[in-house]
Amino acid sequence: MDTWTFGWTLALIGMAGTMLVLWILSLLILLLKKIFPYQPEDSTAKKG
Amino acid sequence: MESALLSGLQGLFLGIANLGLGHVIMILIALLLLYLGIKKGYEPLLLVPIGFGAILVNIPLADMMGKEGFLRFFYDAGVLTEVFPLLIFIGIGAMTDFQPLLENPKIILLGAAGQFGIFLTLLLALALGFEKLDAVAVAIIGACDGPTAIYVSSKFAPHMLGAVSVAAYSYMSLVPLIQPPIMRALTTDRERKIVMGVVKQPVSKTTKILFPIVVTIVASILAPKGAPLIGTVMLGNLMKESGVVERLKSAAENEIANIVTLFLGLCIGATMEADKFLRAQTLLVLALGFIAISLDTAVGVLFGKLMCLLTGGKINPLIGAAGISAFPMSARVVQTEGQKYNKKNYLLMHAMSANAGGQIGSVIAAAVMLSVLQGMGIVGGG
Repeated sequence: MDTWTFGWTLALIGMAGTMLVLWILSLLILLLKKIFPYQPEDSTAKKG
Repeated sequence: MESALLSGLQGLFLGIANLGLGHVIMILIALLLLYLGIKKGYEPLLLVPIGFGAILVNIPLADMMGKEGFLRFFYDAGVLTEVFPLLIFIGIGAMTDFQPLLENPKIILLGAAGQFGIFLTLLLALALGFEKLDAVAVAIIGACDGPTAIYVSSKFAPHMLGAVSVAAYSYMSLVPLIQPPIMRALTTDRERKIVMGVVKQPVSKTTKILFPIVVTIVASILAPKGAPLIGTVMLGNLMKESGVVERLKSAAENEIANIVTLFLGLCIGATMEADKFLRAQTLLVLALGFIAISLDTAVGVLFGKLMCLLTGGKINPLIGAAGISAFPMSARVVQTEGQKYNKKNYLLMHAMSANAGGQIGSVIAAAVMLSVLQGMGIVGGG
């Protein structure tokens, strides 16, 4: 594989891939927050 | 007797006889690193052992990195195996509070934009004639994350570890000087004055505990070669959030992190032998590292402008600059800059969200990079 094919492939997939993975994570955070919403008693949870 | 005395005296002067100009220059560079660490307080935990390691390895005939050298042992055991940066990641995970990010998850996208400097610098490095994997090692300075830079460069270009690490840690400590001019150049006065409201979205303890587990599983499946990076950060964070392994969490963020930082620093210094470090390529690495972090900041701010546009002016683009991994320094820079233009503007919590996103983003970017390299057949699939 020539240098520029390597460079552009890694750069484009790298940027798009990083953005995609973090976007998926942001959706998963929203999902977690929906399934396990904050309840006031959380703040007085027992210490481990 | 006379010849024995002479031979003995010669032994004492062998060091001086073998002291070259390169050794002297490297010892001066090492002294500069020690000065920056001790007197200026720039990343002293790393610069002091790095500087001292660089002195030790440039003492003629001491052979510290020789086959049975004292520093060679730690280098082979901790750097070549990539264990040291991973152990530090456990400590980082144990110290990091992702709460600001969990409260405002869409800001995590700024953490992705803040990594684009890595990939743009990769193209620049290739244009300047770097070999493919050397270019990857240089570009990773843009992760603005010392352990990530060390992990990737020790994997692909161990001969550049010294230059890459010094650049990464030096520029991280210079973030307060590098970022503000770029932030000002890319934003208008009106944008810098945008007041962002307080986000009040408390997060349950269950979500905080599940977050590191979900991130590990999902991100590692998407970018398997980055599983060691993602897994160690998230293990540390799980220990912190679960609250049931206080001793392990404490050891990870104190004893383990301290011991590993000491030996990692010495090992990085040990890679700074005169004949390997004093090359034109080192200057290029330092220059490209600066460009990488500048590009991270620029793309982060530009992405912040895009988010500002899409949200009808609710997001201050300055927080985009915090989408890098220099935590919490970059968030503080954003807060300071914001207040220069609007005294009543408190951007800190929003910038902390972006900064936490940048911490995850840097690890994910490296993971994606490693997996793409594996997919392209450039590195083996382990």
